[in-house]
Amino acid sequence: MYKYNDFDEAFVRTRVDQFRSQVARRIDGSLTEDEFKPLRLMNGLYLQLHAYMLRVAVPYGTLNSVQMKQLAYIADTYDKGYGHFTTRQNIQFNWPELKDVPDILEALADVEMHAIQTSGNTIRNVTADHFAGAAADEIEDPRPVAELLRQWSTDHPEFQFLPRKFKIAVTGATADRAVTRAHDIGLRMVRNAAGETGFEVIVGGGLGRTPMIGKVLSAFLPMADLLPYVEAVVSVWNILGRRDNKYKSRIKITVHEHGIEDISRRVEARFAEIRSSFSGIDQQMLRDIEGHFAPPVFKTISDAGYEAARLANPAFRSWCDTNLAAHKADGYAIVSISLKAHGATPGDATSDQMRVMADLAATYGHDELRVSHEQNIILPHVHKSDLPALYAALRQVGLATANIGLISDIIACPGMDYCALATARSIPIAQQIAERFDELKIEHDIGALKIKISGCINACGHHHVGHIGILGLDRAGVESYQITLGGDHTETAAVGERAGPGFSADDIIPAIERLVIGYLDLRADSEETFIETFRRLGIAPFKAVLYPQVNAHAA
Amino acid sequence: MSRSFTPKVVTANALIKGDVIYLQSDGQWSRDLKCAELITDQARADDRLALGSADQSVVSGVYLMDANQGPDGPEPTHFRETFRTRGPSNYPHGKQVELSHV
Repeated sequence: MYKYNDFDEAFVRTRVDQFRSQVARRIDGSLTEDEFKPLRLMNGLYLQLHAYMLRVAVPYGTLNSVQMKQLAYIADTYDKGYGHFTTRQNIQFNWPELKDVPDILEALADVEMHAIQTSGNTIRNVTADHFAGAAADEIEDPRPVAELLRQWSTDHPEFQFLPRKFKIAVTGATADRAVTRAHDIGLRMVRNAAGETGFEVIVGGGLGRTPMIGKVLSAFLPMADLLPYVEAVVSVWNILGRRDNKYKSRIKITVHEHGIEDISRRVEARFAEIRSSFSGIDQQMLRDIEGHFAPPVFKTISDAGYEAARLANPAFRSWCDTNLAAHKADGYAIVSISLKAHGATPGDATSDQMRVMADLAATYGHDELRVSHEQNIILPHVHKSDLPALYAALRQVGLATANIGLISDIIACPGMDYCALATARSIPIAQQIAERFDELKIEHDIGALKIKISGCINACGHHHVGHIGILGLDRAGVESYQITLGGDHTETAAVGERAGPGFSADDIIPAIERLVIGYLDLRADSEETFIETFRRLGIAPFKAVLYPQVNAHAA
Repeated sequence: MSRSFTPKVVTANALIKGDVIYLQSDGQWSRDLKCAELITDQARADDRLALGSADQSVVSGVYLMDANQGPDGPEPTHFRETFRTRGPSNYPHGKQVELSHV
């Protein structure tokens, strides 16, 4: 993975020193809150409902074991012994005190991490396929490009006061695990007829108040043109993007209002203007970065012990069938560690769990961990012969839940348990759904199903692209939950359709149960997934099971 | 006369710790809503909000929240403010476990 050079090191350390001085001046009263707020946001520090929250960047979701252990140390030393992994592949600490934040940033800098541009109207953490460098369906590891974008966007002088935040996602695989169609810019690696690698550039996707699926701006962008082209896109939006109304400021609205053809013309013009200023140094840097992401030396030994363990232990077999994905190297598997034990807070890991995952990555996983946007931790490179021991170690710390991609593998934002913007709670709803379906023991029978919960319209919980989306709202001073159906976060991305009136906090769990039991009755056979049944039948039969009274009255 | 005034409490987050605090009638801040001053008219609300907001070296994010008079002091009227009086629902953290130690 990427190793800081002297410039990176000095840059991050300088920022820590600056922020230390800014915090000192805030505490001694020389800076007012209005003066301090933009400074703290530039360094990922929010003020939430009960405390400050520090959002730490995990670039493209990649961590090594030393970094994961440092996060555990920070959780123990400055927080309440846990951290929350987010849908943007970051980690949030929910309880830091202002006076400690400079020390936390220093501790992060010690392991080549920071919280820069995790907030504010800047280009945020570049996210990537969490199976990058390991997936069997990948053209190339997208992370060198993600790292190049990170370096280019960090403190980019033109892009520090954008109309609004700006999010870029990259994937090198056929299956889209990075939700590229719901980002300001989504980059999908593709090959042209000549076999050259480039990018399909998708622009103007996004969730939030006005969900939009991104549009293709370039079907094939040569690799060498990537930075000038992305710079042209951001530059065009920086001028055109609306600063009069923050609800209309994202590039999705700019694309919607101007049309993709107009945006395309402007981007091409800007690209022509700036292309020559990219002398090729960016490509030299990319070559250098690629060296940092050389794949590990994979073992070529027998995986015989793996098959024997599968046969001997049904729980292990179930975990393997649910939590492993196909690896590009023979004998290897990609392991998804579920942070969604039934009843647990989605995305949370205790410091002990972080240390265990770090040790397992060091021992069995070529020292690599990933944070997925689905709020789980991935060990991308594990030899199958090591899986029985890995599983046993995960079980000891409550990390062996076999539910990846199932109904209890729920994305949930922090909601009104923490977030100052939230309109309702998300976490208790996720906990209750997971516990209910665990009681019913039908989770594996239900099969692939994505439930995604947001505690406000900003949609950090990706509810629009959940097969079942749940949006928590404040309806006349009461928490109310609206259901959307048929959303899809993958390469066949779709925004879910609103099912009807919202449900109270008490009624939402029975409603989800009706919906899912209804699906089991509606599906053609046990192989047909929820989303497939939805696409075959449309929303009407699902509405009928969700709103039986309305149905009875109409009859 | 203007529209009827909904009773209010001045609330904020403590500058260093970031936890929820409320303005008392003596101008001091309390971590316990029950100790807060329940404000019943607009002029007083404006005055107390200005006073609280001037306390820049102690607090941040000062605003007026709706509240009612309860048997032991002011009580929140909206669930958001109820959550702020106790902390998150997923762990025993925040005021629900800390208030007794203040």
